[in-house]
Amino acid sequence: MPAVRRLGKPYLFRIASTGASPLVALLPAMYCSQRMSDSARSPIASSESGASATAAPERPTLSELFVAFMQVSISGFGGALPWARRMIVERKRWMTGEEFSEAFALSQFLPGPNVVNFSVVFGARFGGAPGAAVALAGLMGPPLVIIIVLAALYARFGDLEVLGRILAGVTAAAAGLLIAMVAKMAAPLFKGLDWPPLVATLAFAGVAIMRWPLPYVFLVLAPIAIALAWFRPVKR
Amino acid sequence: MNGNPLLALAGYFALLSLFAVGGANAAIPEMHRIAVEVMGWMNDRQFADSFALAQMSPGPNVIIVTLIGYHVAGLSGAAVATVAMCGPTCVLAYGVSRVWDRFKDAPWRMAVQGGLVPVSLGLIGASAFVLASVADRNVYAAAITAVTAVVAFATRVNPLWLFAAAGALGLSGWL
Repeated sequence: MPAVRRLGKPYLFRIASTGASPLVALLPAMYCSQRMSDSARSPIASSESGASATAAPERPTLSELFVAFMQVSISGFGGALPWARRMIVERKRWMTGEEFSEAFALSQFLPGPNVVNFSVVFGARFGGAPGAAVALAGLMGPPLVIIIVLAALYARFGDLEVLGRILAGVTAAAAGLLIAMVAKMAAPLFKGLDWPPLVATLAFAGVAIMRWPLPYVFLVLAPIAIALAWFRPVKR
Repeated sequence: MNGNPLLALAGYFALLSLFAVGGANAAIPEMHRIAVEVMGWMNDRQFADSFALAQMSPGPNVIIVTLIGYHVAGLSGAAVATVAMCGPTCVLAYGVSRVWDRFKDAPWRMAVQGGLVPVSLGLIGASAFVLASVADRNVYAAAITAVTAVVAFATRVNPLWLFAAAGALGLSGWL
């Protein structure tokens, strides 16, 4: 594993423990497809160059797809993306780091859950419609069973004061985690006051402060933002 | 859509899935708006608990819709909400992935990507805001949120440890 040797242990550990946030891990990956030169700043993006040097990936079978995404979903506490990357690029080598970033960039800007989109995009690439279905089933199956059990327990014991206290703590922490993720995402975007901070602020204000429905905010803001990106690409 | 809860679940989540750029975390305010404010399916605490459970359990965070669906209409609600939230976007992802590589270097593709990143950032920021305002019922909870934010921003500690610590603090009766 030449890529692994080059990265060394600290990087692997970091990639493995980014459990928190699909998007944090993804942002570098997205930017990487736009500006490889900047890759030094983020550990995940910087592994691209290393991983892309490895040999052409093999094609997974349908059952391999299912098992791989099932493993990703079970290990992916607090978001499955970093685990998906580890599995696909580093362990199975079905994709190079660059291919992974491309596929994930697509999954990210498509609406809906990113990792779910990714399983479909990835599965479709290697196995057409059956591949997409199998990868999706592997990703969603085990978490669904677990969450249904939790839901049933909550319905039964949700009023218990003890459980309420624990969950109150966890929810407060979860909110903090989300704030940290936003801060990490905002750091590169808010560099230099161009239109992206303005667009982000408007989206925030519309949904969080004004409490306007998301579809309206999106339908107004997205075309404007895309037009701005077209006429005024942000130089990085 | 007030009659049949399953229809309402299907309609709302299918619509939401098509606008949730930035994933499940970007859709939290809209889920809260619909589930708590518009439909009255659950109260603030139940919504916050659902989010916490979804965060703590393995797998994609979108699984919160399964919890909401279950809360509204049991197993069938869970199934309907999950399929509605994932179905349309999966079909879209499948369709787009078949043609995407052809536009690899197209300028409009760059513009779409470049434009949607700040939008999704703003949406996820809104999620953090809404969630914090629901979760932080007192100064101690707000302190947990602040400390978690700083630790998660500055280090790469596994979030499960943060959840465990916060849960223990909650259990100890501080909140």
